Amino acid sequence: MTLEDTATRAVEYAVDAGASDAEAWTEEATSRRVRVYDGEVESLSDAGGRGVGVRAFLDGRSGYAYGTDLSEPGLEEIARTARDAAEAADPDEYAGLPDDFGATPVEGLAAPGLREWSTERKVELALAVERAARERPGVTQVENAVYSDADGRVALANSRGFSAGYEATQAWAYASAFAGEGADLMTGLGVDLGRDPGELDPEAIGGEAADRALALVGARQPESRRCPVVLDAFVAASFVGFIGSMLSADAVQRGRSLFADREGDEVAASVLALADDATDPAGPSSAPFDGEGSPTRRTGLIEGGRLLTFLFDTRTARRAGRRSTANASRGSYRAPPSVGTSNLIVEPGRGDLAALLREAGEGLLVTDVAGLHSGVNPVSGTFSVGASGRLIEGGEPGTPVRELTIASDLLSMLKAVRGVGAEGRWVPFGGSVKAPPVLIGEMAVSGS
Amino acid sequence: MSLVDSALAARVLERALARGGDFAELYAESRQGFAISLDDGRVERPQAGRERGACVRVVSGESTYYGHVDGVAEPDLLRVAESVAQALRAESREPARLGPATAATVHAVQRRPEEVEAARKADLLRACDERARGMAAEVTQARIGYAESRRQVEVFNSEGRAATDDRTRVRLSAQVVARRDGRVETGTDTRGGHAGWELVESDPELVAKRAARRALTLLDAVDAPTGRLPVVVGNGFGGVLLHEAVGHGLEADAVQKRASVYAGRLGERLAEPFVTAYDDGRRPNDWGSDGIDDEGTPTRPTTVIEEGRLVSYLYDVVCARKDGVDSTGNGRRESFRHVPVPRMTNTFFAPGDATPEGLIGGVERGLYAVSFGGGQVEPATGDFVFGVSEGYLIEGGEVTAPVRGATLVGNGVEALRAIDGIAADLEIASGYCGKGGQSVPAGVGQPHVRIRELTVGGTAS
Repeated sequence: MTLEDTATRAVEYAVDAGASDAEAWTEEATSRRVRVYDGEVESLSDAGGRGVGVRAFLDGRSGYAYGTDLSEPGLEEIARTARDAAEAADPDEYAGLPDDFGATPVEGLAAPGLREWSTERKVELALAVERAARERPGVTQVENAVYSDADGRVALANSRGFSAGYEATQAWAYASAFAGEGADLMTGLGVDLGRDPGELDPEAIGGEAADRALALVGARQPESRRCPVVLDAFVAASFVGFIGSMLSADAVQRGRSLFADREGDEVAASVLALADDATDPAGPSSAPFDGEGSPTRRTGLIEGGRLLTFLFDTRTARRAGRRSTANASRGSYRAPPSVGTSNLIVEPGRGDLAALLREAGEGLLVTDVAGLHSGVNPVSGTFSVGASGRLIEGGEPGTPVRELTIASDLLSMLKAVRGVGAEGRWVPFGGSVKAPPVLIGEMAVSGS
Repeated sequence: MSLVDSALAARVLERALARGGDFAELYAESRQGFAISLDDGRVERPQAGRERGACVRVVSGESTYYGHVDGVAEPDLLRVAESVAQALRAESREPARLGPATAATVHAVQRRPEEVEAARKADLLRACDERARGMAAEVTQARIGYAESRRQVEVFNSEGRAATDDRTRVRLSAQVVARRDGRVETGTDTRGGHAGWELVESDPELVAKRAARRALTLLDAVDAPTGRLPVVVGNGFGGVLLHEAVGHGLEADAVQKRASVYAGRLGERLAEPFVTAYDDGRRPNDWGSDGIDDEGTPTRPTTVIEEGRLVSYLYDVVCARKDGVDSTGNGRRESFRHVPVPRMTNTFFAPGDATPEGLIGGVERGLYAVSFGGGQVEPATGDFVFGVSEGYLIEGGEVTAPVRGATLVGNGVEALRAIDGIAADLEIASGYCGKGGQSVPAGVGQPHVRIRELTVGGTAS
């Protein structure tokens, strides 16, 4: 049976069990992971998995069940469990399948090249990443260098006749390097991602890990100050990922977003523009349809500093009298869809990192933040997070600093954005985000 | 229940060692779970899952080769073993003979949660919601979550180990939002254990009440102070500080890579003589407890800091082999889709003889950090940062105004050395710990602990 057939069978079983509507999501994936240490393979894995998740509706109630047994009796049991689970839920007038479903063509999600790479070549790539980091003078150790890939297929079917599937591949590699020793040991991360290993540049990944660690050697705690702050692309992406989660209509409708009631308002400086786009061929989270079968699209979120819309799935869209923006997101078959970002893209501005530093003059360049998700109050937006980086002295990166916090609130920070860099890069943490470095006019930096 | 019998396990291990290797292991698991939540006044997202799968691992020298598969059918297991063995190039090895697997289940479950009707679980959520909203008109939103899981685990290895464990966990959590004028604050609380339905049968509403009280307290909060201040850390979830700032650095994989600030320091005095800390995966019914770890080693208490001195790291089988010691029963994994790494179970400071009032009374101006929103640490340096989700000013030896937006920034080694008092009120709280992309239940805890001085990053200027 194909994945589409399996999904369709599961939907039939759910309807037979009494569901008024049903939907099934099936997945099948293989993945490879190579971790090297000190010139040797530390671990090598070969994994395969498949599973199904069924959402059953029972007159406004919905229940979910998932499992790994895709035999006919297995599907029947999962479908019946989903239907039975629905009985425990309260009715929800907005719940249900989408009114419009379909698939948006997105080119290049699966790179055929991935299959042509032997395990030996992948091991070589990981070793090359490690070598590139270790060869930089001043690097004391490379904690790990990892290559990983996945080739996955998914299919979705529902009781209104929708059935579709797609394949996507992903390859990524990262390394973390140490520079300095003892209490002055500093770490740096280098990372890159693509559709197949051929898109990864091991020299650049290892070199970046080394450079980021070396830049912090000798870091100390700075004095507290208020000053311009430049967030490098990694750090900007972490903040953007958090802001994206606050733009979920679900967070807004449940009173958990600082952006509630701010649709149409100016929420950021006019230089800032942000979009969610699941149709970007390079986006790690791109797909033809979302987790409930709505065709994907690009949604402008902030333009000219103005908040244009929130992100909707079918349920939140019905509740708000809007249309889904195809943001029903699925982490895996093990959880029902919920509102989430696809690829968040900060529209490029002008100038490179050096230009932003020159514009800042004196201030702080942040190259790492810690504890962002615990440090931000999602409702009020106030935050205080640990950070490390370099002081900006005379428009250039100067004294390395650590053990400091940067504090503000997200809305003040968004309005204080003074510059957005021209070169965005894909960063795989905090969701899938493409962001350039960003200059913030002023923030509170606390150290000693 | 038996997922894999010893005879099949022996064939799988033999196949895994067909091209050499020092150690081979078959881990099979059946996972069942049910979760339901209440949000925005409505019971929603009931979900049930059932998975079976296995992981085969071969260790050869410094290298680990592994593969995992959904399902535990003989052809699947043999295929994974073969694929893993493909990476090796040596002579075949004979695994030790396997006897029947022994059951290690030691944490009593009085009432199987899956035998309780879903409707009762929904009612439990409604009672919590009602309690939270009844606390004050300012409570505007409550999210209550209930989750239960059962993991039946079987481990066989080439050294003759054959062990099983049957683990049941239940957890109740509450997140409450309170609003006054333009101000919005959030409070959370959880109760979790390696236990059955009995865990949530008595006064479950207390979890909602505590979360609501935290949110309401924060409505009156003032901006957090900044600078270097004495800090009294609360019991229970305050133990996150120990977990993050010290515990991760004691995990043997970080130590062996010299990626820990605690590497090479066994026997060294790191804290005052009244400071003792344990990792204990055998504490009855605690959230981070199991009968065996995920390599089949029985769980046990391990003293990591004894009277101020660093005395042990936390080991899984692979790291223990390298150091020529026994595993401490800390080889844990999220599921059959992962390989085990050294992980904490329940980690906590032993009770001392001070009282919380005494610790606070000795502080002229400082911070009382009751609970953390989370934290992060760089094990290589010990540098940490924690968001304080519930905190208060200490002024003139008294707890005064609640503060918001406080962050503790520091270094684990320095913070350990700066502990100048420990109370007697040990409490263990339930959390999830992430490492290398794997999330496992971890108990964090401590009595009240005072740290002479830490950097507090706040919002006040």
